[in-house]
Amino acid sequence: MLNRMFPHPILTIVLLIVWLFLNNTIAAGHVVLGLILAILIPWLTSAYWPEHNCVKKPFTLFKFLLIVVWDIIIANLKVAVLILGKSNNLKPGFITIELDVKTPLGISVLANVISLTPGTVSCDLSMDRQFLLIHALHIDDAQQIIDEIKQRYEKPIIEVFTAC
Amino acid sequence: MLEIAIPIAFIFIAIAFILSSIRLIKGPSVPDRILALDTLYINSIALLILLGIHLGSALYFESALLIALMGFVSTIAFSKYLLRGDIVE
Amino acid sequence: MFESIVAILIVVGATFTLIGSIGLYKLPNFYMRLHGPTKASTLGVGSILIASAVYFSFNTDAVSTHEILITAFLFITAPVSAHLMAKAALHIKIKDNDSTN
Repeated sequence: MLNRMFPHPILTIVLLIVWLFLNNTIAAGHVVLGLILAILIPWLTSAYWPEHNCVKKPFTLFKFLLIVVWDIIIANLKVAVLILGKSNNLKPGFITIELDVKTPLGISVLANVISLTPGTVSCDLSMDRQFLLIHALHIDDAQQIIDEIKQRYEKPIIEVFTAC
Repeated sequence: MLEIAIPIAFIFIAIAFILSSIRLIKGPSVPDRILALDTLYINSIALLILLGIHLGSALYFESALLIALMGFVSTIAFSKYLLRGDIVE
Repeated sequence: MFESIVAILIVVGATFTLIGSIGLYKLPNFYMRLHGPTKASTLGVGSILIASAVYFSFNTDAVSTHEILITAFLFITAPVSAHLMAKAALHIKIKDNDSTN
């Protein structure tokens, strides 16, 4: 019963927060309106969201988010130096990563994080969801980039976003 | 402080606009032009927000939000068109 | 005090936005050009948006939060559009080794 009413509890909370942020207020009227929308929208669109995801270990997720924000700032400084320097010295290239994450949500989070952090953009995912093709702006050692992504981002993602 | 910072920021973003427009005209390939358009969308959000701070008005926020939404959707639509030759499947 | 924070955030944001566009202009091929706008411009605009949130929170009596929404939206959508553009470029077989200025 509760599952039927709230098919995606996290989505409900996020929608309510977004509504209140958008209106810049915590007035009672907007909280009620936001709650109505936050309950109706997941209920009406639940047919389009067949899979259920749950987040395990919220503390790991929080630590992971802090690492990502820090890396985004550092990555931007690094990329700025690379862009402003001589572009002849850059060694760009494609790297293939074998994925250990299996859930669709985990793969998309990993691809987004790769695109936002040090000099790499995710380009393509193979049809069987086994390999991710990424492009790096400057490659010194391809194996080192792969190891860093696996160690720093993929491990916490596997821990947090598992199928339930 | 702000009287100095805002004109500097306006100049930087204007140069960014010019550089992206050159890339938009020069190409050479279609994805290059899509990327240049996407950059122009992001730059125009920055310009609108700056104008809002400069004039002390929060009204410009709504248009910035609309440009952010429309810019994303149109970039996706262009890329989908290149990928499939069709936008709606 | 808060004015200088806003000023620093604005200048840093505008500088990053400019660096993103410089990258778009001068890097030699499409896949390299993809790096500039997706990273630098996103952070630059995010920084200007946060400056705006700080400015309006201190200048009016209400806390201004909706700028945070655009920042979050940009940080979620930038990698998605970069991924699709790269996929489209791979699909129409743009080479990554020669320089196409």
